[in-house]
Amino acid sequence: MVHLAYLMLLLPLAGFAVLVVGGRRLGDPLAGWVGTAAVGGAFVVACLVLVGLMQLPADHRVVVQQYFTWFSAGGLSVPVGTLVDPLSMTMCMFVTGVSALIHLYSIGYMKKDRDYSKFFIYLNLFVFSMLLLVLANNLLLTFVGWEGVGVCSYFLVAFWFERESAASAGKKAFIYNRIGDAGFLIAIFLIFEKTGTLQYESGPGGGIFGQLSHLGGGTATAVVLLLLFAATGKSAQIPLFNWLPDAMEGPTPVSALIHAATMVTAGVYLLCRMNPVLHLTAHGTEVIAIIGAATAFVAATIACAQQDIKKVLAFSTVSQIGYMVLAVGSGAYVAAIFLMVMHAFFKGLLFLGAGSVIHGLEDEQDLKRMGALRRYMKWTTVTFTVGFLAIAGIPPLSGFWAKGDVLDNVFAHSMVLYKVLWAIGLLTAVLTAYYMSRLEVLAFGGEPRFDKVGPQGQPALHEPHESPWVMRVPLVVLAFFAFFGGVLNLPWVHTHDLESWLAPVFSGTLYNNTLSDSSQWALAVTDIAAALIGVIVAYNLWRGAQVDKPALEPAFLQRVWYWDDFYDTIIGRPSQRIATFFAWVVDVRVIDGAVNGAAHLAKVGGTAARRLQTGYARNYALGIAIGLALLLAFMLSRTWWG
Amino acid sequence: MPHAFLFASSATAPDVIVFAASAVVILMGAVGVVTSSNPVHAALSLVMTLFGVAVLFIEQEADFLAAVQIIVYAGAIVVLFLFVIMFLGVDRAEDVTTEPLVGQRPLAYFFAAITLGSLIAMGVTAHWVTGAHQVVGPIQGHVTKSLSSPAGEPAQLGKQLFTTYLFAFEATAALLVIAVVGAVVLARRPPTVHADQDEPTQSELSA
Amino acid sequence: MSLSGAWYLGLAALVFTIGAVGLLVRRNVLIMFMCIELMLNAANLTFVTFSRMLNDIGGQALVFFVLVVAAAEVVVGLGIVVTNYRRRATTVADDLDSLKG
Repeated sequence: MVHLAYLMLLLPLAGFAVLVVGGRRLGDPLAGWVGTAAVGGAFVVACLVLVGLMQLPADHRVVVQQYFTWFSAGGLSVPVGTLVDPLSMTMCMFVTGVSALIHLYSIGYMKKDRDYSKFFIYLNLFVFSMLLLVLANNLLLTFVGWEGVGVCSYFLVAFWFERESAASAGKKAFIYNRIGDAGFLIAIFLIFEKTGTLQYESGPGGGIFGQLSHLGGGTATAVVLLLLFAATGKSAQIPLFNWLPDAMEGPTPVSALIHAATMVTAGVYLLCRMNPVLHLTAHGTEVIAIIGAATAFVAATIACAQQDIKKVLAFSTVSQIGYMVLAVGSGAYVAAIFLMVMHAFFKGLLFLGAGSVIHGLEDEQDLKRMGALRRYMKWTTVTFTVGFLAIAGIPPLSGFWAKGDVLDNVFAHSMVLYKVLWAIGLLTAVLTAYYMSRLEVLAFGGEPRFDKVGPQGQPALHEPHESPWVMRVPLVVLAFFAFFGGVLNLPWVHTHDLESWLAPVFSGTLYNNTLSDSSQWALAVTDIAAALIGVIVAYNLWRGAQVDKPALEPAFLQRVWYWDDFYDTIIGRPSQRIATFFAWVVDVRVIDGAVNGAAHLAKVGGTAARRLQTGYARNYALGIAIGLALLLAFMLSRTWWG
Repeated sequence: MPHAFLFASSATAPDVIVFAASAVVILMGAVGVVTSSNPVHAALSLVMTLFGVAVLFIEQEADFLAAVQIIVYAGAIVVLFLFVIMFLGVDRAEDVTTEPLVGQRPLAYFFAAITLGSLIAMGVTAHWVTGAHQVVGPIQGHVTKSLSSPAGEPAQLGKQLFTTYLFAFEATAALLVIAVVGAVVLARRPPTVHADQDEPTQSELSA
Repeated sequence: MSLSGAWYLGLAALVFTIGAVGLLVRRNVLIMFMCIELMLNAANLTFVTFSRMLNDIGGQALVFFVLVVAAAEVVVGLGIVVTNYRRRATTVADDLDSLKG
């Protein structure tokens, strides 16, 4: 049954094709059900493939299948094929599962939207691209999927493109992704140059992983840093993270699917997949860890000051992915994947819950205008609170186990650098608990503020209503997994858990965590303490009726550490000036001047030459005479000079 | 009577006198054509030149050509010129002192000087044989067309015209016919509207 | 002094040049035509001289043809002059300037 992997790719693609042809005719809500069925089918196939994979003995769980050759040019032959191993199947499971739930949610959320079927077209295409990215057996096909999710992200973020901010946000997301993709491409070139192949495990010489000796230290570091750069673009890390908050312009299911559960994890997946190469370079992994920790901290601080519910969650995503990147940089790949899966559950849940809130409050997203939603939207409140507790790291929910796993592995490193990074990670955990509690209290706690006129004069809102069942079912399912998901990789369980499942993929590269039991207990207690501090502080600060606290929300944090302004100054403005220069000086004066000048020259020359045409026969005869004289003179000169 | 005579060796005094006189006549005629303000005077000067050239033809043993020159050129062509001048009634004098076109005269004199100088210089450097200096060499002669053969010059000329140059001869004849037809067409009066109206006859006029 | 062909050729060149100057300077088309005849005569003289010098009758044959063609040319040319005179009542070459650009 492992050989059914191709169906996982075909089903969403078929859904895409069907909807492209007949989506508009199917209409609301049938188009949505078709899309959901396609992805749901993919999930079922994923389960079957997983079962088939589990039936193989533990050290033979790598199945490479080649379907056809995409192209073959010179020394490079790129096949289209799948690589089914524990890592790719783990990714497929939660990608298809969470995607199916979000498709179901979207049936309700996008109801009555003018472009209903178009939404599901893009969503199906996105799932196809993501699965292609995950299942590809060679770097170039991964890149195709990488680009595919980037482009679908653009389509979906700019879905309501008549709104200028949405169109700009779509462009911003795509462009930042593309900048990272340049790094990816160069890394591909380098790898091909050194190993002669782009396949991971198969192909000539045993693929990339069979020819690691060809990658010297310098090349390996360069490749790793370039892939890291690509990952910062896709997964929104420093320095290419500021597209993610803007991408919240898209509909909330998009934010949940792409910007919480799937696309943003693609960068982490790429680094995990290339773990043998990462293992070759200590400096590269250190840089990865530093970037991850720094991003986690910076994003957490920014999230503390945001007023839009989706922006808080967006920065929270950046921060959590920072944790994953930190884990990858510490060699704790399993912890990174564990957090990734758990994050998909609880962040997806939080976003869908936020969508439910927005839907219930008729598109109000400002936290300062919410309050006491617990009285009106019970299902949303309960599920959202589960998600909040998970991300804050309160045991026994999944987030505690996952975050703890990451921090333990970072701490276990002997180098001082990693201890510092651990401290940063712990501080970030406090901030995480703080801003999530702030969000919870402002939205669901306290007294209602939505029935009063807003600070900028917005009219009072009606009483919020709970969401329909199509939106509640995914919330409940995700809440279940967010609550109990930690069971996948409990620290004292060493068989049949995620670590042993993924170990063959990371054999030899996984950092050996030799923490004693007592240290692990101490670290666990520290984590709980950090979480509780954050929750209690936030609760005390924000539960009152006065929600306008500028001291706690400084402009520096609200403006994303002025990151956007910084890019604008060093890149945006100069580029505009250069473009203006080229448009108004080079294009108008030089290029147009040259073209017009040539025409002018022809005209002037013609006008001058026109004076020869006097119309008098005698002048023309004079011309003949002059010609004769010159000819004779020429012949004479030839006789004299031979 | 043709007599074989090579240039540059046996020029006699009568030859020189004839040449000098003819040269003077020719030049006077040429200058007269160019400077006369009255077209009729110019035509008569042209006749003078043609006569001088005919004399020089005879001097060079081209008797037949001299005769043809007088008959055709002086006798037909110049008469034609005079006829047209009188017919059009343009025998009035023209003003030759002013020149409306800018720079025409100075440039004409200048380039004429260059032309003359070049021709003379070329002749000198080529020793007055044939054109370019480097083409000098033994002449591949058509010895059978030698002027020193016993047949007379008209006989030789005729023989060559009808054998070697026959095609050119026939073409020239055709050219003449075409020219005549062309002249008739050109000079025709444009057809009047009442083409079918007859001229009144003598009897009608007098009646 | 000896009389070589050079003198004849020089005379022909002079006549040719005079004819050329006349063509360029005079405005009356009929006189311009006569100057053309002058030039043709100079060419004929040259041909006959060379025919004598090179002992080749071909030069005289060519003169014959030049004569005939000159005649044909005069016929057609004067026909054109007459036709033009009918339209414009002028024999001044400068009045025919409709090709002026």
